[in-house]
Amino acid sequence: MALDSKTSNEAIQFKVVGTRPLRPDGIDKVTGRARFGADISAPGMLTGLVLRSPHAHAKIKSIDVSAAEAMEGVHAVVTRRDFPSLEPGSGTGDVLDNCMAGEKVLYDGHAVAAVAASSTHIARKALRAIKVEYERLDHVTDVDEAIKPGAPVLHPGRANESVPEGSSPNIMARYEFGHGDIEAGLAQADRVLERSYKTEATHQGYIEPHACLAQMGPDGQADLWCCTQGHYMVRNTCAEILGLAQGQLRVTASEIGGGFGGKTTVFLEPVALMLAKKSARPVKMVMSRSEVLRATGPTASSSVDVRIGMTKEGIITGAFAELRYQGGAYPGSPVDMGSMSAFAPYDLEHVKTVGWDIVTNRPKQAAYRAPGAPMAAFAVESAIDELAKGFGLDPLEVRLKNAAREGTRASYGPTYPAIGLEATLRKAKDHPHWSAPLGPNQGRGVACGFWFNFGGDTCVSLNVTPDGTVTVSEGNPDIGGSRASMSMMAAEELGIPYEKVRTIVADTGSLGQNEVTDGSRVTFAVGLATIKAARAAKAEMCKRAAMVWGIDAEAVEWKDGAAHPAGPNAGTHPPMTLAEIAAIASNTGGPIAGHCEANPEGAGVSFATHMVDTEVDPETGAVKILRYTVFQDAGKAVHPAYVEGQFQGGATQGIGWALNEEYIYGEDGILQNAGFLDYRIPVASDLPMIDTVILEIPNPGHPYGVRGVGETSIVPPLAAIANAVSEAAGVRMTDLPMSPPKVLKSIQNS
Amino acid sequence: MVQVKIWGSLSQFTEDRREVEIEAKNLRELLDGLAESYPGLKPQLERGVSVSIDGRVYNDSWFQPIEEDSEVVLLARLKGG
Repeated sequence: MALDSKTSNEAIQFKVVGTRPLRPDGIDKVTGRARFGADISAPGMLTGLVLRSPHAHAKIKSIDVSAAEAMEGVHAVVTRRDFPSLEPGSGTGDVLDNCMAGEKVLYDGHAVAAVAASSTHIARKALRAIKVEYERLDHVTDVDEAIKPGAPVLHPGRANESVPEGSSPNIMARYEFGHGDIEAGLAQADRVLERSYKTEATHQGYIEPHACLAQMGPDGQADLWCCTQGHYMVRNTCAEILGLAQGQLRVTASEIGGGFGGKTTVFLEPVALMLAKKSARPVKMVMSRSEVLRATGPTASSSVDVRIGMTKEGIITGAFAELRYQGGAYPGSPVDMGSMSAFAPYDLEHVKTVGWDIVTNRPKQAAYRAPGAPMAAFAVESAIDELAKGFGLDPLEVRLKNAAREGTRASYGPTYPAIGLEATLRKAKDHPHWSAPLGPNQGRGVACGFWFNFGGDTCVSLNVTPDGTVTVSEGNPDIGGSRASMSMMAAEELGIPYEKVRTIVADTGSLGQNEVTDGSRVTFAVGLATIKAARAAKAEMCKRAAMVWGIDAEAVEWKDGAAHPAGPNAGTHPPMTLAEIAAIASNTGGPIAGHCEANPEGAGVSFATHMVDTEVDPETGAVKILRYTVFQDAGKAVHPAYVEGQFQGGATQGIGWALNEEYIYGEDGILQNAGFLDYRIPVASDLPMIDTVILEIPNPGHPYGVRGVGETSIVPPLAAIANAVSEAAGVRMTDLPMSPPKVLKSIQNS
Repeated sequence: MVQVKIWGSLSQFTEDRREVEIEAKNLRELLDGLAESYPGLKPQLERGVSVSIDGRVYNDSWFQPIEEDSEVVLLARLKGG
């Protein structure tokens, strides 16, 4: 789609964009009126529950559901046999196998059967009545152990064509990026640092568990309500899995209590639909927190080796990283994205990354905010920090010396257009935080981060009501404030107050295909479609005014929320406001609307620099975050409060990832901490107020200069905090999370 | 002819060439030309790729024009959270 490419938001005098109006979902959320996934009900509804594997890896020899089926109050039992066959190893085939195991269970918590019953109590009894005979197999949950000779093999023969012969059968794909001659580059360095780093799997930690309500009639028409980041994806995936026509399945997205990438696939939805089909009753399914942690998608754990050469002046002469990510029991870890983003902030002549996608007996990973990038940045930014400090150089100055700029050839291939990394670094250097004094056992860390952003299929319908208010229908669940930002962009274009516009998230029957709410795409892509839809409506309103005035439509212009005659032959007519034109729409041709269906390309990449102060208790190893500042390029901040929230949220999740969060598996391959008491995410009392500095370097690919902002903010924190803790503790930390026992052990061993 | 930079691990399917020439005026012609000239690339092309044209990343737009002097880079398919 060709879009406005000459963008300069400096030239636009915004009236609504850039202000901080009230959130349209705010009152509903704080009063409990908002309806989340588990709040949806239907007459005659059954409760659906899932039976999950108690083993990390086992063959399913048999499943006997007869006793469960015979129980009073049980209306349906399903196993994999109830689902149509899909091509083994296909993307959707893996999704189905993850939703309901086929021949093998591949991780602790893998679904093996499900029941629908008239009460939760009966459903639980029915689950206990299902007899599954397993043949246990050896398992592996660690990324490095999984590729050692003799490791248990999950999917023999599944590696794709990129994997060299003779590699571990648990390697599914290999990626390589870069340019130049690494060894020649490293040879120019005054010091070459070689380090290995590990990060644990973490969960997105959304507060709302997965939930859905499904119903299907005997005619095959089905409806599904669910919490998801993409109800069109849910429709398409479920239709393929169940053999339904997409048009026969209508999916409505509920309000969503967080997603962060974890709700970009399906877990319960195909199962609920199959139970509804079999029972001919509506079926509601809600995961427990334990199920969320055991059986939905955390991010990958990683093991990364880095070699970076630097001169004593702080110039990086060569940079290499080998990244191994395990993405759970199926191919598809985000190691490709990690490999592409690892050195993206830097202007390097000699750079190379190699990524290995590895499977283990863990739940299938799902996207988590800038998938793959935080782990790569942790390794690279830690090594750069160590080198800089080793030479006695200012770590911000070193990053500035090597920073990618407009015209830099990125390590993953393209040449950058205008980008904002340098601006974030300079802002950080000038900020009072950088020069604030530190106390004993305290350290300060900085790190940079990068993320891509993209567009995708998008539909927007903008309708002008007879009283002159406006409704915008979009097809993306609002997880970061998109209803507010769409209303603001529509109001900006139409020249009417924000309060006159309401944006709703339409169901799959109301709009064409919409890509999932991911990739920081919505404010960019849906915003762009909203602007286009508003411009179409404006053109129509100019036409209607021209009819009334008896002049050509070309002689009418739209400004300040009204049609005005323009040009030498337009005559003198008083302006007609949007409300005045809407009021007579029936007399001038019927309802007025604008719409846009597009696949916007041209998303702008985004950079951030984070700065953090920590204090380490040398007796316990506990780490306290004292001060945190985020500097990020937002392109144009449509609603600055939401942008600040995105910056703060990413930093907070990064703090959890860096300090506490981890999937802990026992020797038996069973997850040991499947609950928020033992899987510790940061809470408000753990955190200082996170300061934010928004920079606005316009994205040339958007009429208002918008870039995605939702993901970049989680990329730098792991490294920034590790750099701060390393300084405070006096020992370099290379394994995450930096939990108190690990920090204490490092101090004691140093 | 358009010069296309091939990301590292895919160059094993382009006779180890990191840069190849394809006759193409738009994205569709580029992808078709790559598949025809280098059949080993087909599995990855079918799984999905992104293409950077003069610093802008395109995922799906078949008819996005490509100029002869454009910088074109074949990338792993971008995805997000």
